[in-house]
Amino acid sequence: MKYKLGTAAVAAMMAASPVMADLVFPSLSYRTGPYAAGGIPFADGYADYFTMLNARDGGIGGVMTKVIECETGYNTEKGVECYESTKGEGSLVYQPLSTGITYQLIPKTTADGIPMHTMGYGRTSAANGDVFSHTFNYPANYWNGASGAINYLLAENGGDLNGKKIALVYHNSAYGKEPIRTLTELSEKHGFEFKEVPVDHPGQEQKSQWLQIRRDKPDYVIMYGWGVMNQVAVQEAANIRFPMENFIGIWWSGSENDVLAAGDAANGYKALTFHGVGSDFPVFDDIKTHVVDAGNAAGAGDQIGTVLYNRGLYAAMLAAEAVKTAQEIHGVADITPAQMRDGMEALSITEEKMAALGLPNFGPSFDVSCSNHGGEGFVGMTQWDASAKTWSLVSDFAPSDMDVIGPLIEEDSGAYAAENNIEGNC
Amino acid sequence: MFYREAGDFSTTYAEDQQTFPIKFDRYRYYVVLFIAIVVVPFVINDYWANSLLLPFLIYAIAAIGLNILVGYCGQVSLGTGGFMAVGAYACYKFMTGIDIWWGGELLFRLPEFNIFFSVIMGGVMTAIVGVLFGLPSLRIKGFYLAVATLAAQFFLVWLFNRVAWFYNYSASGQINAPERDILGVLITGPSTEPWATYLFCLFFTIVCAVIARNMTRGASGRKWMAIRDMDIAAEIIGVNPLRAKLTAFAVSSFFVGISGALFFSVYLGAVEVGEAFGIQKSFLVLFMIIIGGLGSIFGSFAGAAFLVLLPVALKVVGVDWLGWPTDIVAHLNLVIVGGLIVIFLIAEPHGIAQLWRVAKEKLRLWPFPH
Repeated sequence: MKYKLGTAAVAAMMAASPVMADLVFPSLSYRTGPYAAGGIPFADGYADYFTMLNARDGGIGGVMTKVIECETGYNTEKGVECYESTKGEGSLVYQPLSTGITYQLIPKTTADGIPMHTMGYGRTSAANGDVFSHTFNYPANYWNGASGAINYLLAENGGDLNGKKIALVYHNSAYGKEPIRTLTELSEKHGFEFKEVPVDHPGQEQKSQWLQIRRDKPDYVIMYGWGVMNQVAVQEAANIRFPMENFIGIWWSGSENDVLAAGDAANGYKALTFHGVGSDFPVFDDIKTHVVDAGNAAGAGDQIGTVLYNRGLYAAMLAAEAVKTAQEIHGVADITPAQMRDGMEALSITEEKMAALGLPNFGPSFDVSCSNHGGEGFVGMTQWDASAKTWSLVSDFAPSDMDVIGPLIEEDSGAYAAENNIEGNC
Repeated sequence: MFYREAGDFSTTYAEDQQTFPIKFDRYRYYVVLFIAIVVVPFVINDYWANSLLLPFLIYAIAAIGLNILVGYCGQVSLGTGGFMAVGAYACYKFMTGIDIWWGGELLFRLPEFNIFFSVIMGGVMTAIVGVLFGLPSLRIKGFYLAVATLAAQFFLVWLFNRVAWFYNYSASGQINAPERDILGVLITGPSTEPWATYLFCLFFTIVCAVIARNMTRGASGRKWMAIRDMDIAAEIIGVNPLRAKLTAFAVSSFFVGISGALFFSVYLGAVEVGEAFGIQKSFLVLFMIIIGGLGSIFGSFAGAAFLVLLPVALKVVGVDWLGWPTDIVAHLNLVIVGGLIVIFLIAEPHGIAQLWRVAKEKLRLWPFPH
């Protein structure tokens, strides 16, 4: 018995040891902990896309892909442990899906020469590639989101928000505080009144905040929440009969998990997005044939087509496209993390490319460059239909106000550069 | 047999009173120190340093600190996370140069402290804050004191989240440790060498452990234990409860503050107060001393090692070797830790340290138990 156990352990170790000829994509997922409901679909989408590439195309450019999953539980210490344990396996790009872990990894990945993609989260000013050489946050960041919400409201109000009241309900952490500067600047520019309403982690108790909102009667409420905070906020907004179509969440507050609990009361709730919703795209047929029917779906396989599953899939698609770009630039199929960085920096997503991948009109087209790691920052708006239980896109992907965001990015990244003695990379 | 006392004669009082009176035990301790100081720095890589050794050393300091308060002095505290936050933020302010503002104007700015002194100042500031929050212990005990320290936990986290001065007005409210060195060797920042950060933390751990061990053996430790066992009796035999309780809070908070400062500056490098120093952290350190052993310095180390290494070991076995899904292993970890706490509380309330003591006793008598 002892002998058998020993051989089993050795065999398992050999099977688990990395084959360096793979393209390795670590997935710092969280299927447990307070944010598991959001982490599971994202991790499933991320893994399924690579499984499909392996089954359908034989990997990327002839090299098989491999996803190493490491459970962080949204905990920064475990995130660091995951990073250290996977970075030696030829990991090409990190997607930590957590603001806290992102802040840990920005200096570490830069020192180790491994790129990191924080799609729609993380440190917003990382869009300045001149300072943050190895961090990318295309296609959109939090400040694009804030500006996108205001632009949407401007369009709804005939271009004039003068005298309106807008409240921001936010998770009282680095993540939630991100849009405050942008919204303050925008309120000066457009003449609306801006109110901050912080909600402490994890956000299960928001009675007093919504009483305050009922008293102040803002015309619109913008929300930067994540996890259980969203559900509670939607329910509380329904309780005070706040009109749902005037309630706009950031993209992390706009998944099925956030609105289903409130039932019909959530009808009309809106959320920003930077990618398409639903499973009405050709790529999902391929996923069904090559992944689900083959029995290789990640997790329970029940998340396909949900908002966060699509986001994970989109993240995987952008990573795969960056690999293709890197393979073209350097003329090798089995690329290194440094070459991956070059591929991400030269990434260009066009509508033709998306259509060819089976994702027509799924996201905005954008170009990444050395100085701009954030893309053009196009964001769209989705709305929840409670009776059909579906999200649908209600606006085109529209540009955000770069006149306001640009200087803010310059300022914040400039402060980081000064603190850490970073010379320009471009 | 294995712990031989034969031929081990003490001829002076000093010899009789040393921490490790048995020669064999003493030499084993020197060997451990030698390996930790001279061998380990040459063989560790980033993974060993950042994932295992640094958290172990830093949590060991925090556990020693909490053990002094809870294990030796009997004052229940749930504010460890908050006190670690004080250490981290004090260290951050001192290493970036404290700025004092009045009426929107910069009054004066301290020069930046070296990282070594920043960490110590983190401990000193925490000691002051700890004494302030220890004042209620003069009137209340047990559960009520636990609630008072719980209030400290929530108040301190709220304070560091609310007042922008503490995080130098950064847009996100995070604090980032800038690159700092000692004699040209980088200690903080992303480009550090694993051996440098390891030795830096090891130094603090050894010094803290030696100080704690000797304090708990000496007069102050006896006073703390007298207060713990029965405070009225202690008062009658001449222990000043005010002084004993407040020194316990000060010394304990000092160690916890040091660990918080190291946790932020050397180990993580960037910290968000609610996430890193929440109530979870208080419980984690409390579990460490419960599993490790209340009222024991060795127990603090054992508990820290146990709770830092167990999840990593489970992950390696479950995910890397057996190929189980990551979420199953993470849940299993919770089940095992929870189960162990229950088992320890029932079967061996004095924790791993007591198991170790019993094992040593058995080894001394083996093969002739009586």
